Amino acid sequence: MGTKVNEIAVQAKGLSIGYNDSKGRKVVQSDVNLTLYSGEVTCLLGLNGAGKSTLIRTLCGFQPPLEGDVLLRGKALTGYSSGEFAREVGVVLTEKTNAGGITVYELVGLGRHPYTGFFGTLKENDRKIIEASMEAVGISHKQHNYVSELSDGERQKAMIAKVLAQECPIIVLDEPTAFLDVTARIDTMVLLRKLAKEQGKAIVLSTHDIDSAIGMADNLWLLSKGKHVRFGAPEDLIMDGTIGEFFSKENIIFDQSTGKLSSVLPKVLPVGVSGDFQTSYWVGNALVRNGFTPSAIQENGINVICHSRENLELQYPDKSTKKATSVAQLCEIITKDYPA
Amino acid sequence: MQDMGRETKAYYILIAAFLLLFAGNLVYGAVKIPFGDVLAILMGSEAEKASWNMIILGSRLPQCITALLAGAGLAISGLMLQTLFRNPLAGPSILGISDGANLGVACVMLYSGGLLGSLSGGAYFSMIIAALGGSLAVLALIIYFSRKIKSNVMLLIIGIMIGYLASSAISILNYHAAADKVHQYVMWGMGDFTGVSVEKLPYFASFTVFGLIYSILLIKPLNALLLGEMYAANLGVKIKSARLSILLCTGILTATITAFCGPVSFIGLAVPHVARMLLGTSNHKHLVPVTILSGACIAMLCNMLTVVPGNNSLLPLNAVTPMIGAPIIIYVIINRKNLQYFN
Repeated sequence: MGTKVNEIAVQAKGLSIGYNDSKGRKVVQSDVNLTLYSGEVTCLLGLNGAGKSTLIRTLCGFQPPLEGDVLLRGKALTGYSSGEFAREVGVVLTEKTNAGGITVYELVGLGRHPYTGFFGTLKENDRKIIEASMEAVGISHKQHNYVSELSDGERQKAMIAKVLAQECPIIVLDEPTAFLDVTARIDTMVLLRKLAKEQGKAIVLSTHDIDSAIGMADNLWLLSKGKHVRFGAPEDLIMDGTIGEFFSKENIIFDQSTGKLSSVLPKVLPVGVSGDFQTSYWVGNALVRNGFTPSAIQENGINVICHSRENLELQYPDKSTKKATSVAQLCEIITKDYPA
Repeated sequence: MQDMGRETKAYYILIAAFLLLFAGNLVYGAVKIPFGDVLAILMGSEAEKASWNMIILGSRLPQCITALLAGAGLAISGLMLQTLFRNPLAGPSILGISDGANLGVACVMLYSGGLLGSLSGGAYFSMIIAALGGSLAVLALIIYFSRKIKSNVMLLIIGIMIGYLASSAISILNYHAAADKVHQYVMWGMGDFTGVSVEKLPYFASFTVFGLIYSILLIKPLNALLLGEMYAANLGVKIKSARLSILLCTGILTATITAFCGPVSFIGLAVPHVARMLLGTSNHKHLVPVTILSGACIAMLCNMLTVVPGNNSLLPLNAVTPMIGAPIIIYVIINRKNLQYFN
């Protein structure tokens, strides 16, 4: 970790974002105050329509702020020329590319665009940087493959390598994990953390994946229609109830103790659960799904005693018991005996 | 870089084909002239028959140069449009740009004083300007619609519709024009590399060569545009001016070639595919020169195919170009899953 961390890379002050179109000005978010630190991964969370894309596009310089300004390392975003900006902020977008017919090496080489001459010829130094970038994301073994031959996860890595070759201190990614399967999603998040920590990059990404945001992000930016933007460490925002406030809707609640969103079901009969941690945790999970509330063992109540994964004992208030050999069977019995 | 062999091979094949076709264009024609005499005439000596001199230097040579420049220009226009609109099936004729140029030419040809055969250099210049006006107007319309419509297929259909509109305007112009001018216009509409005489060739060549050089200067932004306009902007490309440059270059080439040779179909659409398949890359560094060379070769081949053996008349050019172009496009569409640049 040779690089300095926790320096302020991007700062938004009194920022209004939105569009100017034929029908006039449409403000998506106003009075936005945000800070992005180098050496940290920041996740931008918000439901659809909250203005995530608009904020991303504003940070990337694709659309001007309506009011206020964004300071990139102390200098106003609007003060950068397109060439300077290209060396400051690198982007990975959801936009479909037409790059299937070039190799990974050539794609990553496009990241050198702001540095090369009139015809884009790569010099020795450019080649070194391209190779180091491919190495950092772990795509070197595919460098001679066509981009069209890559899996979605590899394609995303190649795009991230392109951004690294661009040598920008700030990296903005628009839903980089949206089309990836679960392993590629984790891979990508781990990679982004590594780049933040090892290379001191300031990384911000928008995502719908609250779980991995809470798990992987140093900071969260929360956006919601009609609310002020909030930011902070995920844990602080969970415990002070901010996340719950941002994501709870009529039937959806954010469980502060587990950090998960779940739906509220009308039936909330308490069911006592005991047994080893793993089995009782997952039995509890199944009970919540079926509308019960897991609790401590209670006299004269419904209890589930987990002797083992395959030996689940159901006790009823009338002292009768039933056996289940799997969680599925347990669910079947308990929902039959206590229908909604 | 790693595919150096393939690129070098492509250049060797194309340069060999270019030389062969160039020679073929000079030797092959309605009148049989032995190869030795052709060489002698080119070297500046008098041929056995005086008429042969005239045929080679006054007809076949300018025709061949016209064909190769027109082919190169149309092909590179097609490539630039395909990259800009991120649609491998874009091309000057598909997007209605040729039709716009047609309309401009029709206005001048049907309603100006001179007939095609007697048009002076100045009148040709006005035809180029009219064609340029028409093609740029269509290009501006296409850009306007490309902002509103994200689907590439829909945009192509709009291009085809604009083409129909231009054609219908041309029909109305034809309806009111004098019969002899309409005949001239119809003949022009069939496409022809023979219309550019030795005197007109410098006008034609200077515009097309300018366009070709212009396109070579656009290699870097064209490569960035493979990633789409937003990524290109993030790489420091000034999108508005890059787009304007590409469209202006395409417009100048299409308009000039259409004004002199008529609306030549399929070369702009099909040749970039031949070049990509030959090279195995969409990297414009080699794709631009290879497309230019391939376009020149295919146009010279088409020019040779218009010669009907044992007959003094020529087939219309637009009877020949689809025979080469349409099967290429059908092949490309059928095999699109296996062609990297489609995915």
